Amino acid sequence: MLDALKGFGLTFRSQFRKVTTELYPEDTKVTAPRYHGRHQLNRYPDGLEKCIGCELCAWACPADAIYVEGADNTEQERYSPGERYGRIYQINYLRCIGCGLCIEACPTRALTMTNEYELADDSRQDLIFTKEQLVAPLTADMEAPPHPMRLGETDQDYYTLEYTLENTLGDPAEAQGSGPTSGEAHP
Amino acid sequence: MGLEEKLPSGFLLTNVAKMANMVRADSLWPATFGLACCAIEMMATGGGRYDLARFGMEVFRASPRQADLMIVAGRVSQKMAPVLRQIYDQMPEPKWVLAMGVCASSGGMFNNYAIVQGVDHIVPVDMYLPGCPPRPEMLMDAILKLHEKIRVADINGKTTPTTIDDSPYDKPIARGTRHALGDLEPVRGPGVRR
Repeated sequence: MLDALKGFGLTFRSQFRKVTTELYPEDTKVTAPRYHGRHQLNRYPDGLEKCIGCELCAWACPADAIYVEGADNTEQERYSPGERYGRIYQINYLRCIGCGLCIEACPTRALTMTNEYELADDSRQDLIFTKEQLVAPLTADMEAPPHPMRLGETDQDYYTLEYTLENTLGDPAEAQGSGPTSGEAHP
Repeated sequence: MGLEEKLPSGFLLTNVAKMANMVRADSLWPATFGLACCAIEMMATGGGRYDLARFGMEVFRASPRQADLMIVAGRVSQKMAPVLRQIYDQMPEPKWVLAMGVCASSGGMFNNYAIVQGVDHIVPVDMYLPGCPPRPEMLMDAILKLHEKIRVADINGKTTPTTIDDSPYDKPIARGTRHALGDLEPVRGPGVRR
């Protein structure tokens, strides 16, 4: 008799406990700062692309989800400092397992991952993201390439630039969720 | 009754379809088809923290006869393919398929003879969900996008798949083909798999 009351008491008390349910679509929780979400191709502060088209990410990818094709920069048409740039860049999100090996392989920190994860689509081909979708948006003080190098005489000046949060992705707090860690600081 | 002759043409059909699809979308019962690690995330989505019951989907039916949505969660091996097809055929119309995770969607990193390279080789897929495995929020996002598709479906519940021409972006280049953009050197890196 007493045991039954005890049981009902527990049920009754549970009504007043805090609900653990996350109300996802209305109230989206921010992921961890180093979450492996959608990729992003970063830019230098003047708007030139960091990707040099070396294909190391494509070689590192265990699922062969990345396709890169480089092309030569010319003085008239410059997309990145240095000799080459990634002219075609595609990531197949239906192959990508989000392991981050491409991020580790990238020599110029051009490729990083964002916190965006809402990628579901009803077309297999639309889930192959092209360069236009992957490249970081231009901020106010950036200029759309092609344009000449503004921040130094040679590509070496670009590679040794002092990295700050401001010259990576525009507003890091917005792009990377809350917290001071940006995708750029990812080792 | 003669009612349908008095109504403007198409009125009854479109409104009944809208009503039926609203009901279908808000009470979509999934059939469990957990095959691998994605199934763990699917179970987590059904659990208390993410609570699929908020979308009228809490009952994962063990019987395909009672289910509307098949969530294929995990890699489908060649040996599992006929089983999956049979489960799909046993589901009553209208029915939808959600390919959860990269393995179900395209084979993922398992590009080998044992794994079906995308469950759409066996059954028609209405929503592809990338991720390895997708977090519960991603599954809920895919489910909600599927709900939106079902709401605008026709009276039979048939959804229209988007095609590559709907995309505003550049078309992807298939493996082994040369693009028609100019005279570049041949592709050296590993080609992207489709």
